[in-house]
Amino acid sequence: MVSVISVAKNKQPHQTPKSKNRNYTLGKLSTLNDFFSASIFPFPIPSFSIILRPMQPDLFSTTLTVSQLTFRIRKLLEDNPELQDVWVTGEISNLSRPASGHIYFTLKDKNASLRCVMWKTEALRTRPNLQEGAAVEVHGKIAVYEPQGQYQLIASLIQAKGEGVLFQEFSRLKAMLEAEGLFDPERKRPIPELPQKIGIITSATGAALRDMLNTIRRRLPLAHVILAPSPVQGIEAPPALVKAIQSLNLQSPDVILLARGGGSIEDLWAFNDERVVRAVVDSKAPIISGVGHETDFTLCDFAADLRAPTPTAAAELATQTTLDDLHFQLSTYQSRLTDLISGLLADQKAFLSAVASRLKYVSPERRILSEYQHLDELSRRAFSALHHRIQLHSASVDGISKRLQALNPEGVLARGYAIITRKSDGKVVGKVSQAQGEMNVRVSDGEFEVHRGLDTALRKT
Amino acid sequence: MAKTKSSLKPVEELTYEEALAELEGIVESLEGEQNPLEDSMKLFERGQALAAHCGALLESAQLKVQKLVGESVIPFEEEPE
Repeated sequence: MVSVISVAKNKQPHQTPKSKNRNYTLGKLSTLNDFFSASIFPFPIPSFSIILRPMQPDLFSTTLTVSQLTFRIRKLLEDNPELQDVWVTGEISNLSRPASGHIYFTLKDKNASLRCVMWKTEALRTRPNLQEGAAVEVHGKIAVYEPQGQYQLIASLIQAKGEGVLFQEFSRLKAMLEAEGLFDPERKRPIPELPQKIGIITSATGAALRDMLNTIRRRLPLAHVILAPSPVQGIEAPPALVKAIQSLNLQSPDVILLARGGGSIEDLWAFNDERVVRAVVDSKAPIISGVGHETDFTLCDFAADLRAPTPTAAAELATQTTLDDLHFQLSTYQSRLTDLISGLLADQKAFLSAVASRLKYVSPERRILSEYQHLDELSRRAFSALHHRIQLHSASVDGISKRLQALNPEGVLARGYAIITRKSDGKVVGKVSQAQGEMNVRVSDGEFEVHRGLDTALRKT
Repeated sequence: MAKTKSSLKPVEELTYEEALAELEGIVESLEGEQNPLEDSMKLFERGQALAAHCGALLESAQLKVQKLVGESVIPFEEEPE
């Protein structure tokens, strides 16, 4: 019996039931007696002896009031952790939705029924789609309604059972998260055109990772990839994906690829998990989702900043600028740079030559030449004047020289005249009276001495 | 802009993105502003060095793949295809 009434431990309300042994069927929970005889409570329960063994009233020291007993039963049920987190499957009947907003119904199967209530807050939050007779799976906790001595299931989540249950859960969660605004276009952040650091969250093994790495390597090998490996299916996948998103964000990537290869809707289900969707929304780095194939849409796709149809496409969208683009961009810059500088140099040269010719025009060279000319002119005139004067002087010297020649006494001597000088005083004898004593007679070719005594009478001629 | 950077890093130490951003700034500066010729020539030379550096980085680029383990990052060995 214990093995039949096994319940999911610590089961999260938003997980979908997958394994059958987590769920009660109503038949197994049909009576309290069944429940208590299931011996999941190893401790003695004296207060129930009155029910089980009515023939022995003397065992009780006190008589309980109805309230006391009901309270004990309530405590018993509500203290049991397994009954406080339980999934039950059955059909809906007696559905009642009064104006209060609470929802009342009874879950039934062939052998048993269970009263259920869903409070208004849960009803508003999860917006269950309920119909009389619908087969559903209900998550909730067992509680006791003391005024009527009834135990009931306080439902927190109601899902359609069987085929399409995942789709309905998908639609419900989608509507709920959409209503919260988590999928709003305004929330979407731009994907960087040239990411330096690309985060990848996917399974460490598998084609998706290889495809993405090959795509990035081919398109943008400059990038730096950080992989946050995570299981991508199964019950452990959602918390692992959440952790991966959070841990990866600590590395401050420019963009994160959240990806998984194709699979069934159950395989992809982790990407519809509310926790994962919220982690995508909370991610600091923009996220590109690439889950499954072209036709697969997950809630992560709606929450992501960009949805790619496949992992490879996600890698392509993350590398919008490719190596070829960078080469092209670089060569554009290079030629712009070269054009600019040659244009600049040409301008400078043109300007320089214009300035140079203006400079030449105002150059002192012209003046210097003109000064030279002036100087030559002056020089020529000076020379000419000097020459003239020299000739003048030369002529004059000639005349004087001739006159001098004419006056030369040597010339007179040649004509027979003589010059007589007294030896005693050297005076020229011009008069007879002066002629006395020793005298020198100078003729044209020499001299001779004469003597005139006192006895020699002076003779005037 | 670029011309006023007094403590320019050696070109070889720049990442591709840094080098490209500086190159872009230089081209814009040369296009837009009237710089003294000597400054322009210096900008041009720096620009050419940056472009050459970027080109070399593109030629030699090898995708670096790491794996996150806890909060530390280790090299990731890819499975042979």
